[in-house]
Amino acid sequence: MRTIGKTPGTGKRTPRPARRHRFVGAGLAAVLSAGLLAGCAEDGGSSANADGKTTLSVGVFGVFGYKQAGLYDEYEKKHPGIRIQENSTERNENYYPALLNHLSANSGLSDIQAVEVDNISEVARLHADKFVDMAKEDGVDKSDWLGWKWNQAKAPGGQVVGLGTDIGPMGVCYRKDLFQKAGLPTGREEVGRLWQGDWSKYVETGETYMKKAPKGTAFMDGAAGLYNGSVASYPTKYYSAGGKLVYKKSKAVRASWDLAMRAVEGRMTGRLKQFDKEWDQAYANGTFASVICPPWMLGYIKEKAGDKGADKWDVAAAPKPANWGGSFLTVPKRGKHAEEALKLAKWLTAPKQQAKLFRKQGSFPSARAAYALPEVKDATHAYFGDAPIGKIFSRAAEGIPTVPLGPKDQTVKTTISDIGILQVEQQGKSPEEGWNAAVKKIDDVVED
Amino acid sequence: MTSSRTDPAPGARATGRPAPAAGAPARAREGRGSRRHRWDARWSPYAFIAPFFCFFAAFGLFPLLYTGWASLHRVSLHDPAHMEWVGLRNFSRLLEDDFFWNALRNTFTIGVLSTVPQLLMALGLAHLLNYKLRGSTFFRVAVLTPYATSVAAATLVFGMLFGRDYGMINWGLGLVGIDHIDWENGTWTSQLAVSAIVIWRWTGYNALIYLAAMQAVPHDLYESAALDGASRRQQFVHVTLPSLRPTILFTVVVSTIGATQLFGEPLLFGGSQTGGGSHQYQTLGLYLYEQGWFDFQLGRASAIAWAMFLILIAIGLLNWLVARRLNKTH
Repeated sequence: MRTIGKTPGTGKRTPRPARRHRFVGAGLAAVLSAGLLAGCAEDGGSSANADGKTTLSVGVFGVFGYKQAGLYDEYEKKHPGIRIQENSTERNENYYPALLNHLSANSGLSDIQAVEVDNISEVARLHADKFVDMAKEDGVDKSDWLGWKWNQAKAPGGQVVGLGTDIGPMGVCYRKDLFQKAGLPTGREEVGRLWQGDWSKYVETGETYMKKAPKGTAFMDGAAGLYNGSVASYPTKYYSAGGKLVYKKSKAVRASWDLAMRAVEGRMTGRLKQFDKEWDQAYANGTFASVICPPWMLGYIKEKAGDKGADKWDVAAAPKPANWGGSFLTVPKRGKHAEEALKLAKWLTAPKQQAKLFRKQGSFPSARAAYALPEVKDATHAYFGDAPIGKIFSRAAEGIPTVPLGPKDQTVKTTISDIGILQVEQQGKSPEEGWNAAVKKIDDVVED
Repeated sequence: MTSSRTDPAPGARATGRPAPAAGAPARAREGRGSRRHRWDARWSPYAFIAPFFCFFAAFGLFPLLYTGWASLHRVSLHDPAHMEWVGLRNFSRLLEDDFFWNALRNTFTIGVLSTVPQLLMALGLAHLLNYKLRGSTFFRVAVLTPYATSVAAATLVFGMLFGRDYGMINWGLGLVGIDHIDWENGTWTSQLAVSAIVIWRWTGYNALIYLAAMQAVPHDLYESAALDGASRRQQFVHVTLPSLRPTILFTVVVSTIGATQLFGEPLLFGGSQTGGGSHQYQTLGLYLYEQGWFDFQLGRASAIAWAMFLILIAIGLLNWLVARRLNKTH
């Protein structure tokens, strides 16, 4: 520090060249900073291009598969004046807050915005007036969709803020080899009958499995998956029909929690948190025999279990029909091309396109009419022993209850799973401690 | 700060030109030139630092003040433009917020667990690098490579090392007959694991800073110590360490600030904002993130941000006091 200070004062300076450099430097700095600031202010919205084409922007999270299934290309070919540009954010937990920000600032929105089912109720409740009301649009036929799916996007005022894309009717994916070694049946019909109609029978099957379990394996991946499947099969879970948060007294929550605890106490879970790297590794190593799986998980299982697991997996019906996941396409009113965007959203969610998307990407259609199309009706999955997944999952889809959703569904669900159940299952706390910890966190979040 | 004392005043510098001896036109030109020169000398430093301050105002000062304003309101991420005045409620509720105190405690313990070994190891490394080594440049670059690695990549690898079922550390422990440790689910084990990532990333960086300071220690000090019969170890303790005191203080402050803001490592280690099932390694930064972006309570998150800011100011003050003390004893 001290040595630096000495240099400027000593010696003669030749000012001119140095000075010019300095002016250039200062100018450059000013230009650079101005450019940077201007760059930040630029809007990423849609526009009509120089070639006269209208560019529609579609905001999604994760992989929606429209691009991969060639649906954008197909639409562009049919409508030469349209160009489609997809803006994808990898994770919904980053995508959704940004969407909320754009909504309240009323700028930066894409022409079409996807919304996840866990957030749709919140969006419908708080921002219904900012979206095109699908219930009033010509050419949108409510009966195309499953009733419960249509209703999920309905605001208290009756507006419908989005069109259903995919859904996640659950089944049970299981390993035939491990079932056989444990003395359980392996055919998917018989396996489905083991627990048909009652989630507790699934746990009972687990108890049977554990008696003769192959060494180092568990019956299911983790208790949270079981909880999630069970709680979603009830007609009410966290919110009452009147929109009140009632999870503490909910029969669905109580029964599902108890089941999960029973599974933990019976040591039939692999003590894994879903989508953790350990969960992935357990697929590769084949250390659990079953997992509750919606259609969108099949591709994931195939990828993680890999060639080593080929010919070993199959999929059976879940004890009761229940839904996990799915999304909606919404059209913000403020978009520059709301009319064109609506046409695209309608086309993308039409039964035919949904069926195509299922074929190529495995996203299960929410359009009931799609189930009769050959892409769905005759669909089988080679990795899962050619299981007729189209039939298995459409049957489940038809039976899914209409569950009243509320703004904090996701918080309640993940807190019960990732705090409550995880504390008991992985940290050895008592069920009571786990439950209290979850309640404390949820209360903290919803407190005003 | 100290440099200004040795410098001549800026005005004196500006007049350091050839004496005016020639005719009037030449003098006029000379005068114009000098005015420009003076103007230049006076203002261009400001022009140079202006971009920084413009950016700082836009991206540092404004968010800071706005966050302070938001912390006095109930603000939801659903509608950030709508604010409801609550006074100091967000701060008073922090006092009785178990999650906040837990996060503060975790930040402190992880901070100690990571900073102390990190700086000690850095000192040792720097001492070794200070010897005449073959390929010393290689070693110096090598210790800096972890610093150049992204948090995400490092944490991903460490997450796999510390895995419960298939982690390499547990595999190694298994070889010597020790049972598997569930690193992520234990309080101390998870904090150790997170600290390990921090230590790995920052030790080399601090080692280089120490090394630079060590090379500035005058050689004759060592020579006279050697003449007095001091061993290598004694030289290190009695010559190197005292000379390094200001540098050590600097690294302590910088690492403490870094530890207070710790965020990326605990977030990516378990892949969730909760910092484990019992929040056992949730730091203040992570808690802020959870409150703002998952619980949608921006007002509360802003209050946490300001609490962190105040903690850092307190650390800064403490540093200043200690530094003054050190200077006095010198």
